[in-house]
Amino acid sequence: MSVVAARAVLAAEWVKIRTLRSTVSILLLGAALSAGPGYLLGLSFSGNFAGMSRERPDSPDLLFATFYSLTIGQLPLVTFAVLAVGGEYASGTIRASLTAVPRRGAFYGGKMLAVALTALGVAAVAVPATFFAAQAGLGPYGMSLDAAGVPQAILGSCLYLTLICVFAAGVTAMLRSSTFSLGILLPLLFLGSQGLGNIPQVKAVTQYLPDQAGMVIMHLTGPSGDPNFGRPYGPWAGMGIVTLWAAAALVGGYLTLRRRDA
Amino acid sequence: MGRVIDIQNLSKRYGDTVAVDGLSFTVRPGRVTGFLGPNGAGKSTTMRMALGLDHPTGGRALIDGRRYRELADPLRRVGAVLEAGEVHPGRSAYGHLLWMARSNRIPASRVREVLELVGLEKVARRRVRGFSLGMTQRLGIAAALLGDPPVLLLDEPVNGLDPEGVRWIRNLMRGLAAEGRTVFVSSHLMGEMALTADHLVVIGRGRLLADTSTREFIEANSHSRVRIRTPEPERMRRALAAAGVRVRQAADGTLEAYGTEAARVGDLAAASGLAVHGIGMETASLEEAFMRLTGEGTAAPDSGDGADHRATGSDTGDGADHRATGSDTGDRADHRAAGPRSGERRAGRRG
Repeated sequence: MSVVAARAVLAAEWVKIRTLRSTVSILLLGAALSAGPGYLLGLSFSGNFAGMSRERPDSPDLLFATFYSLTIGQLPLVTFAVLAVGGEYASGTIRASLTAVPRRGAFYGGKMLAVALTALGVAAVAVPATFFAAQAGLGPYGMSLDAAGVPQAILGSCLYLTLICVFAAGVTAMLRSSTFSLGILLPLLFLGSQGLGNIPQVKAVTQYLPDQAGMVIMHLTGPSGDPNFGRPYGPWAGMGIVTLWAAAALVGGYLTLRRRDA
Repeated sequence: MGRVIDIQNLSKRYGDTVAVDGLSFTVRPGRVTGFLGPNGAGKSTTMRMALGLDHPTGGRALIDGRRYRELADPLRRVGAVLEAGEVHPGRSAYGHLLWMARSNRIPASRVREVLELVGLEKVARRRVRGFSLGMTQRLGIAAALLGDPPVLLLDEPVNGLDPEGVRWIRNLMRGLAAEGRTVFVSSHLMGEMALTADHLVVIGRGRLLADTSTREFIEANSHSRVRIRTPEPERMRRALAAAGVRVRQAADGTLEAYGTEAARVGDLAAASGLAVHGIGMETASLEEAFMRLTGEGTAAPDSGDGADHRATGSDTGDGADHRATGSDTGDRADHRAAGPRSGERRAGRRG
């Protein structure tokens, strides 16, 4: 398949994304639900710090305060990824899609790349917006962009949001249904944000779930070395784990698409 | 071999159910070829396999000598209208056609052209959710014509349309064929195909029943019969059979004689000294002929008339015998509502 043809498929998938009001609004919602609560969380932490002590708290906690709202903001983004794939099946567009692009690998690659690039684009806006909103909320405790761990956390957040969307899109391609996919993915992601993944009895397994691994770089899983919340792997290893999850979902989705009748 | 659709020994099996059973035929350019069969006969499945949407269990479907999947920018080679409902309800008509155009490197100006061609230019920016069935079908046609393709496949394009819409599609298809394109259109309505198609490919239960010109098909299948009311049907039947007339007894006790005329039947009755209370000519409709051929008929004789056109005619009469009482009509309406899949299952169970 030529580069020109591949670009045509990508362009078509991008038109599909931008011509649906639902996907556009859910992407805006994702950005708003990251930055808005980010500011409120900053305010809240700032109040707590003021009551506790005079000295500046450790930067890891500030990173947690800054990026915690991404656990909420990721939900609309994941929903976007699910709808981008699942909507094809629900509406029957999949038949038109495969008539226009009959090579299933080309269609699938274009679709996944469009989802990933869109997620990355939204993350590239939402993550810095969240950072600055949270610093505004933290007021005197706010960090600068070049504070320890901040550039890595910002980069990591963008990568994480992109990868979790690719993971969600791949899972939906395997299940061929938005409803089933959301039914599985949303509880999975709430498991992390509600801290249920840290229950000692299940942590040995749950700490390797995609969101749990990917969020280490934002310090959202707790301080490293902590016996309750620490992880036996570092932030970039965690990013590697979520990449493996996304890759596995991508392959699974492709095999399903290739094998099944449309 | 340009512009030709070549179906070669194509089969599709879902578990134990055979939807398409060793189908072979060729669709040629410059004429409308009707793909005729009752619901559930395997028409949609065959078309989906030709478009690479469904994987054949056996055989292959070629367009221009290649599999659909191997065509570069396929929308410029083949236009397809599948069952209504392959458009996302939240997308506008323009948005739907635009992504299709982009995928095959068709200029956006062509989107406007086809929207005007099908008369949707005024509602192009409205979401498809609010479209009527007729508008949705027109959008489907617009999508098929987007790449100005020499080959067109249309699956039941007149389904649910009002008479004006039906006439519009009929004229469009005839016009496209007159331009030298290959037009392959499926329908379960014999009457509609008699008006539209130059050539017919008839299937039943996934098998080829006829591949012939529409005129030949009509001549061979729309024959008449003589109905006889007599107090001595058994003797009358023997008298007619002895004279070489094919005859059967209908459910109401009357006799039906085929391939003969009322005068001859009357003469034979007189010669045998048999009382006749009523005698008259009846002409079977084309629709009835089609149903008889596809084994979906209500009261079909064990007729050999269609045999020339039948590749696998043996179960036609067989199927008719089980349904001599005419109770099948409601049943047929049921699976029309339930869509082709349930029909396929039904066909499989019977076969």
